[in-house]
Amino acid sequence: MSEPGHSGAAFARGPADADGGLDPAARAGYADHPPRMGFFTDTSVCIGCKACEVACKEWNAVPEDGIELTGMSYDNTVGLGASTWRHVAFIEQPVTAVADATEGVRWLMASDVCKHCTESGCLDVCPTGALFRTEFGTVVVQDDVCNGCGYCVGACPFGVIARREEDGQAHKCTLCYDRLGAGMEPACAKACPTESIQFGPLDELRERAALRVADLRAAGQDQARLYLDDPDDGIGGGGAFFLLLDEPEVYGLPPDPVVTTRDLPSIWKHVGLAAAGLVATGIALGFGRRK
Amino acid sequence: MTEPKGRGAAWTEERGTSHEGPPPPAARPARRRLKAARRREESRVPDFEFTSYYGRPVIKEPAWGVPDVPGYLFLGGLAGASSVLAAGAEMSGYGELARVAKVGALGAISLSAVALVHDLGRPERFANMLRVFKPSSPMSVGSWLLTAYGPLAGAAAVSDMTGILPAAGALATAGAGLLGPGVATYTAALLCDTAVPGWHEGHREMPYLFAGSASCAAAGLGLLTVSPAAAGPARTLATVGAPAELVAKRLLLRRLGEIAEPYETGRPGRLLRAAELLTVGGLAGAVLGRRNRAVSALAGASLLAASALTRFGVFEAGLVTARDPKYTIVPQRRRLDRRGMN
Repeated sequence: MSEPGHSGAAFARGPADADGGLDPAARAGYADHPPRMGFFTDTSVCIGCKACEVACKEWNAVPEDGIELTGMSYDNTVGLGASTWRHVAFIEQPVTAVADATEGVRWLMASDVCKHCTESGCLDVCPTGALFRTEFGTVVVQDDVCNGCGYCVGACPFGVIARREEDGQAHKCTLCYDRLGAGMEPACAKACPTESIQFGPLDELRERAALRVADLRAAGQDQARLYLDDPDDGIGGGGAFFLLLDEPEVYGLPPDPVVTTRDLPSIWKHVGLAAAGLVATGIALGFGRRK
Repeated sequence: MTEPKGRGAAWTEERGTSHEGPPPPAARPARRRLKAARRREESRVPDFEFTSYYGRPVIKEPAWGVPDVPGYLFLGGLAGASSVLAAGAEMSGYGELARVAKVGALGAISLSAVALVHDLGRPERFANMLRVFKPSSPMSVGSWLLTAYGPLAGAAAVSDMTGILPAAGALATAGAGLLGPGVATYTAALLCDTAVPGWHEGHREMPYLFAGSASCAAAGLGLLTVSPAAAGPARTLATVGAPAELVAKRLLLRRLGEIAEPYETGRPGRLLRAAELLTVGGLAGAVLGRRNRAVSALAGASLLAASALTRFGVFEAGLVTARDPKYTIVPQRRRLDRRGMN
């Protein structure tokens, strides 16, 4: 691709960043670019206020997408979608009785968002180039290019991106690309009252997260773990990663996501062999004799 | 210190073997079991407890519509394999069959283009498909394939019907015959290059299944429209395509293991069972009815219908695996457990 940002091939591994992971912006063709920016969402301090959901909607002019009670929990947003770019999950967990424990339930709250994957399935499969990699290493949809083919929707291992009924196009979190360009932090991080949502250069966030999870574990939270912080995981690490207090699937997250395009060489190989088989069949038919 | 329920406790709690603490409230994240769908498999696929967020899907169901997209899979296969049949039939002197196959290819690819554009959220922007060429996007590759293939299939059919520019027509026939297999099989990449477990995990078998199914469709069209004596290559194509499809489907289901469940149950299961019966029946009719016009035509219709049902079945089975979180979570959790992490 002549212009930066559109190189999709996740399987063509390229330049590495400082901690051994891929540098998505450099791989996308930005010779000189700012540090990779991202989110560290520390769910251990989330209070479920949903300020992030509101701030995101307000700043990005994301339309209303249903004001209904689910009846399942305090979560009436249900999940990420074309018109929900931050989503706060609420989990009420019964806790095992221990002598000095307060009775009953522990609350898990977590603000979910697009992971801005290092190896990004939605970006890889987008046939129009509407999805592109920014100089900050994030993944953004261009509204004026997307033709609503919907391929990205099925390619995301997290169920983040979706097609909006009203305009037929795919939408998701932009990590406030416009605010980043102006040197501001994303609206959700700005609005978060507990600093559960932290924004910054990804390598700094990873350092901070490692310290935080060590502190929590030392304090007895032995279920605390980081999710998508590892550049060696199935998506090459997330530009947005999380500190969770239970297994990912408890929060609606896949426990071991792998970007679909890692298997593309194998997929194309088998398509090629099958097509070659058809060509050979055709040639064999051609040499059959008319009886 | 309150000890949150670790996984061990949660995993066994549903079975009622070690229930401790307060009873779980009704509205807490679902813990369900992935059961082996088929009784004969129960020894192979053990029950597995898993956790999800209120039973909500982890991935989004693809935004692709029914019947647009499965219909496109069928029509694209019919067109691509018909071009192969046309080229082969023309070379071996079956002119009537070649003509039918060329016209069929043109008709099918035109209809499939309509289905594709109709499925876009912004149909007026369909030309944006040709802004870039991305090998990482099967849809991009497919768009370029169709752009090259469509006019060739059209030229082949028009030249044959009108007798205009026979040399160019022969070249177009050969070109469509070479690109047709790509058109017929790239759709397997289209489905498999997604996070949908029931498609992705079958990516090593799906292309052969689609090639076989496309062959059946093209053979079926030939047998349906041309007398048995003049449909020799179509019959041959059916005898190659139908077994290939049946074997590929078996291998696909074996590969998918526990996530093959939707391929064998519910509506997609019924579609695929009907498809299999029609494929076997169509193959038998094509071979045994080689001297009987009615039997041969019926066999052709069976093969055509079988191909369509196969595509709808595969498509809808995949959607089921996207809708139910167990198909996403359980295989990933097993993978993690095997690696001894978490």
